[in-house]
Amino acid sequence: MSAEIKKMSVLKKIFWFIAIIAFICGIYGWYSRLFYGHKDAHYGNIITWGLWVAAYIYFTGLSAGSFLVSSLVYVFNFKKFEKIGKVALFTAFVTLLMALLSIWADLGHMLRAWHVMVYPNYKSPMAWMITLYTVYMLLIIAEIYFVMRYDFVIGKNTQGLKGKLYKFFSFGSNNASDERRKKDLRIVKFLATLGIPIAIMFSGGVGALFGIVAARPHWHSGLFPILFLLSALVSGGALLTLIASVFQKGLNKNKEIVLELGRLVLVLLLIDVLFQVSEFLITYLGGIPGHIAGWDLVVKGPYAWVFWGWQGFIGTVIPIFLLAFHKTRKSPIWVAIAGLLIAAGIFGLRLNIVIPGLAIEEIHGLTNAIFSNRVTIQYFPSISEWSLTIGIIGFGMILFGFAEKFLPDYDE
Amino acid sequence: MNKNEKIITRREFLANLAKIGATGLATYVGSAILSKDLFANESNKEDRKHHYGMVIDVKRCVGCRACVLACKAENKTPPGVYYTVVVDQVLDNRPNDKPIFMTKPCFHCENPPCTDVCPVSATFKRKTDGIVVVDYDRCIGCRYCMTACPYSARWFDFGENYPAIEEKTAWAQVPSPEYKEFRIRKKDESPVGNVRKCTFCMHLQDEKGEYDKTCTGFAIHFGDFNDPNSEVSVLLRERQYIRLKEELGTNPSVYYLI
Repeated sequence: MSAEIKKMSVLKKIFWFIAIIAFICGIYGWYSRLFYGHKDAHYGNIITWGLWVAAYIYFTGLSAGSFLVSSLVYVFNFKKFEKIGKVALFTAFVTLLMALLSIWADLGHMLRAWHVMVYPNYKSPMAWMITLYTVYMLLIIAEIYFVMRYDFVIGKNTQGLKGKLYKFFSFGSNNASDERRKKDLRIVKFLATLGIPIAIMFSGGVGALFGIVAARPHWHSGLFPILFLLSALVSGGALLTLIASVFQKGLNKNKEIVLELGRLVLVLLLIDVLFQVSEFLITYLGGIPGHIAGWDLVVKGPYAWVFWGWQGFIGTVIPIFLLAFHKTRKSPIWVAIAGLLIAAGIFGLRLNIVIPGLAIEEIHGLTNAIFSNRVTIQYFPSISEWSLTIGIIGFGMILFGFAEKFLPDYDE
Repeated sequence: MNKNEKIITRREFLANLAKIGATGLATYVGSAILSKDLFANESNKEDRKHHYGMVIDVKRCVGCRACVLACKAENKTPPGVYYTVVVDQVLDNRPNDKPIFMTKPCFHCENPPCTDVCPVSATFKRKTDGIVVVDYDRCIGCRYCMTACPYSARWFDFGENYPAIEEKTAWAQVPSPEYKEFRIRKKDESPVGNVRKCTFCMHLQDEKGEYDKTCTGFAIHFGDFNDPNSEVSVLLRERQYIRLKEELGTNPSVYYLI
């Protein structure tokens, strides 16, 4: 037992090490963004969206995915995942913050972000997204409060920072009766139920944000919202598999959860692959040059390795093998590794959506007409872009790590 | 799964599904009511006085790029921002012939795909003359409109400057007449960080109703399609023309004579 605990603490140490290094890496990115605007970024007027937008849709996917897994517990009463219900909610909250930070940095005028609340144009999917994010964030915060209220009241008088935090977050509530707890859970159920359509709408909505752009045939497909939703579920589930095996006593306690999540993620991943294959085949066999140009870039462009290596081999083939092969699928460690690989692979998928869709001359000869590094179909994120994205990941990890430390023990 | 842990009955499950559906519908209807203009018809025909547009004779274009320079000088656009560009295409099997030159401003489409996607209505089609404009003070710089434009007619101002007109030089103090706002270029101030585009030089037309021509070959014709006697209307009646990517239904206001 003590050896197992030691192993866990090593994993947590690795987590904190990565988190802090990543956070420090981000300082340069934020400095560059805040003082030099977009000058250091490598996207331009042809590839208008780059790494930050890809990171944004990736994080929203993680958020929607983990929220929907948490709602399995709080709406559908799926007892097996009960232990990770709270962690899943926190993951949804933290990844949502990461998503909003990414897209905030991407704006040309960061200080005008409030415009979308005051002057929304509801013909634009983006305005819908903002409305949905706001509702979704308030809903998650309320849900976290009502899920945790009982624990806050109970743990109010413990020593140290935990007690103080609990006292603060209980907001003066003192009632620890069973009756009140039942009422809390009813509220949670209501909020979580309300959250399901919202989470589906906003992760599908991000897909719609891309899908409605008829000028970009690579995005313009009715499958896009569904693909985004599926990828969200896959990445969220995969991330939770990993989290369940490291946090909340990790594999010592959560073996069953990890295995169960692994099975769920495998099914979702296979459906996701099915949809992608469908999208690919219809586009390719349709054979319209403008439509296949995006896929051509994906499968044989300069960054084909992102598709074949990163998204395909690391993010899809190996995990499917690990989750399906009868020896590895019963080993929580292998399942957790599969979760890590899938969560990493979906990032490649997000990059492969954003960049190949844009990296095409809309007017033949445009890139030759102007000699400017802003008018080119080449794109590789700059150091400041990488740095800022890694920094946001570090920030999210630190926030999550702290929050997780103060979650109540489930043995209580 | 253990039989004792039977989680929910089908009835409960269906009841939950019904609740989810109902809340989803309620959210949608609620938001739709909040956004009153969701189904409103935007362009009121009676407000429309002019339909400005261009007719460009590609046979007459010699590829001198005077239009590009004139635009740069007029609007004082920074590097990487070109309200018009001249693309050239060498003809197949005729490498020694004059290539096809094509100048490409913003097409000021009648159904612009770029305006509807703006989350803050910062870019819109002017009701009186159909010119697609950007409100620099409202634009947040999300660049969604750039992805939505099928003609690459929109440009993001990254805040870069030509070396000769770097910030503290006298040149940098010359304002741009765009939208008659006469902004002096400063770091981090609009239009830096905004999406910019061709305005059909509307700061010139509002007063004079005419367009400065720098085109050496008289290939570019500018005018009002609502006036049946304007040069552009006559040209469209008499000549064969194409418009780019008509299949997208954008209905561009720039025609190419062939």
